[in-house]
Amino acid sequence: MQDFTDAFVLAFGLIATGNTDLVEIVLLSLRVSLTAVLIAGLIGMPLGALLAVARFPGRGGLIVVVNALMGLPPVVVGLLVYLMLSNAGPLGVLQLLYTPTAMIIAQAILVTPIIAALTRQVVDDLNREYDEQLRSLGVGWYDAVGTLLWDARASLATAMLAGFGRAVAEVGAVIIVGGNINHVTRVMTTAIALETSKGNLALALALGIILLLLALGVNAAVLAFRSDRLEAARA
Amino acid sequence: MHNIRSLDTAVSIAAPRAGDILPLVAEGLVFEAGGRRLIDGIDLTLLPGARTLVLGPNGAGKSLLLRLLHGLIRPSAGRVTWNGRPADAGILRRQAMVFQKPVLLRRSVAANIDYALKVRGLPRAERNPRVAEMLRTADLGDLAASPARVLSGGEQQRLSLARALSTRPEILFLDEPTASLDPGSTQAIEQLIDAAAANGTRIVMVTHDLGQARRLADEVVFIHRGRVAERTAAFRFFQSPVSKPATDFLAGDLVI
Amino acid sequence: MVKQTTKRFVVGLLAGAGLALAGLPVSGPAPALAADDFIIVQSTTSTENSGLFKHLLPMFTDTSGIEVRVVAVGTGQAIKNAQNCDGDVLFVHAKPAEETFVAEGYGTNRSDVMYNDFVIVGPKSDPAGVKGSADVAAALKTLSEKQAAFASRGDDSGTHKAELRLWQAAGIDPKAASGDWYRETGSGMGATLNTAAGMDAYAMTDRATWIAFQNKGDLEIVVEGDDRMFNQYGIIPVSADKCPNVKADLSKTFVDWVLSAEGQKAIADYKLDGQQLFFPNADKTSG
Repeated sequence: MQDFTDAFVLAFGLIATGNTDLVEIVLLSLRVSLTAVLIAGLIGMPLGALLAVARFPGRGGLIVVVNALMGLPPVVVGLLVYLMLSNAGPLGVLQLLYTPTAMIIAQAILVTPIIAALTRQVVDDLNREYDEQLRSLGVGWYDAVGTLLWDARASLATAMLAGFGRAVAEVGAVIIVGGNINHVTRVMTTAIALETSKGNLALALALGIILLLLALGVNAAVLAFRSDRLEAARA
Repeated sequence: MHNIRSLDTAVSIAAPRAGDILPLVAEGLVFEAGGRRLIDGIDLTLLPGARTLVLGPNGAGKSLLLRLLHGLIRPSAGRVTWNGRPADAGILRRQAMVFQKPVLLRRSVAANIDYALKVRGLPRAERNPRVAEMLRTADLGDLAASPARVLSGGEQQRLSLARALSTRPEILFLDEPTASLDPGSTQAIEQLIDAAAANGTRIVMVTHDLGQARRLADEVVFIHRGRVAERTAAFRFFQSPVSKPATDFLAGDLVI
Repeated sequence: MVKQTTKRFVVGLLAGAGLALAGLPVSGPAPALAADDFIIVQSTTSTENSGLFKHLLPMFTDTSGIEVRVVAVGTGQAIKNAQNCDGDVLFVHAKPAEETFVAEGYGTNRSDVMYNDFVIVGPKSDPAGVKGSADVAAALKTLSEKQAAFASRGDDSGTHKAELRLWQAAGIDPKAASGDWYRETGSGMGATLNTAAGMDAYAMTDRATWIAFQNKGDLEIVVEGDDRMFNQYGIIPVSADKCPNVKADLSKTFVDWVLSAEGQKAIADYKLDGQQLFFPNADKTSG
């Protein structure tokens, strides 16, 4: 297929020339998805750890719900956030629709259940090992959660990467709440959708290749950091 | 108060104020799980001083008894009191336990000890010298910065014991700490236990190893089917046990 | 206390979030523009995909200092978004729906801006034999008789509504054959053309999107030139009475410019492959 060859030539041409539109789109993609994942981590990790450690009525049901929310369709999240942020919606006064902030909110909602569910599993497993020892040392539940999260950091880094993968690759949510506005809310995936709809398949594929390289870069960076700094946590 | 007997400086496990929380009294302890009565009415008083070794066949309830005394599990009936008071957070902080399989945090050797001291609320200025002292005592000084989880089995258990002792517990529970260790590592662990006992830490230890019991015990509590079959001074237990199960056990027969 | 561990964890995360927010350069409007000097135009994929806005908007921004942010969706969704007050200007091509929008008070007034026309495209082999026809109703009738594959937008867009009007003129209810030879993609114009190219189907598209479309495959124009395929674009400022948040002054400036001689000339000047895509007709009619 000619499109494949064209796509690779285009992709590397775009990268080599440092196309400014591309740089802008890549940076916005990174900014939106990384921020969304960090916010999701701040909410999802403590939530997941609590679900792992605490015992309360309805916990089992809540775990099922959080696990199920991992399959939340991006368009549905986009639609919900749109309805909230629309000027006709309850949060319209914030004037966030069609801004990167709206995209961050949508992706954070999308990613939080993933990080919470994976954290719950990881911390639950670790807690089986740690529980008696921590109680023997006299560690309270609050500090136990902190200890478990810290000691699970290597696995949690993978959970964060899973969340980042989901965020950076989704198009359904950001295209609705961001509007794919050129120079304002256009990110890699919405640009790919646009080029596809223009019939510009080679350029769309080229952007896809660059998106893949981007994800590869982020994963490699985290892996390098992990083997460098978290060796103690992996044994 | 108490006479603090220091060994040589290399093994300076500081003495606790034993006696403040002892005697430990268990009355009518029962523990049931899955419809089975695993601990079936145990009365036990532990006074300061002696090293108590808990012996018994597999499944007799030795580990459960230790956990009940330490407060990790709640009895189905009966109670445990410390010098007349029920256990509370303050009393828990004056005990420690070493498990059969060491549970080490995923951080460095030194950080594992530091962690236990942080939980006790010690300021950094006090923690640092004590961590160094415990590392020296457990002969782990060279490994201070190593990840704890990559140590050998013997080193891991030494660290686990050093961490337990760093908090200067008044009573130390040990649940078969040398069950899977080679003789050299076992000897190192026993030396640490000896030193701690010499410094006044009350030792309550479960073991399977009769030789170890002979080496360490002042007295033996023999558990059989969730009850105390007998409690005897060590020198007498090994010569002429009173109960039938203990006699069979020492003779190497199967005790069911 | 061990709280420190928890704290360290949280601080690390927060620091990371801060870096992500602050460290990366913020892309957005050129710094010369004041933050508030922008309007949102709810428009259709044909105007965006054809490249018209890329040609037109910088000229307007240069003269006015107002940035125009375009949300390009189907006409149905564009109207819905505007009804939710999520745009300052509506720029679409579905005259009846636009007039309803104004009648219900969502828009102040509607003006014709420009037109182009719809065409029917199909495989070069033309299995239904409609090529060269200038009677779109007859051609559609033939397509249905021959059960030739036809890819429809099926998304309530302006183009979709226009297509349904033409089927009606031909006296055919294509929905009856939905899933059979009549395929409703439920997607934008480009995605529908990609589908048509992929399955050698006929499809209706506006001429501007067709000229700009890069993945024509084996498709070519087979029916054009029927008066009924006229495609009128209209522009409507969203009413400040319904939507107090709209930037009425800025949107009026934009609409006035688009309708002005300068704006109309800019539209006429936009050419792709030497062909004019849109024909300004602001002065002829006004609604």
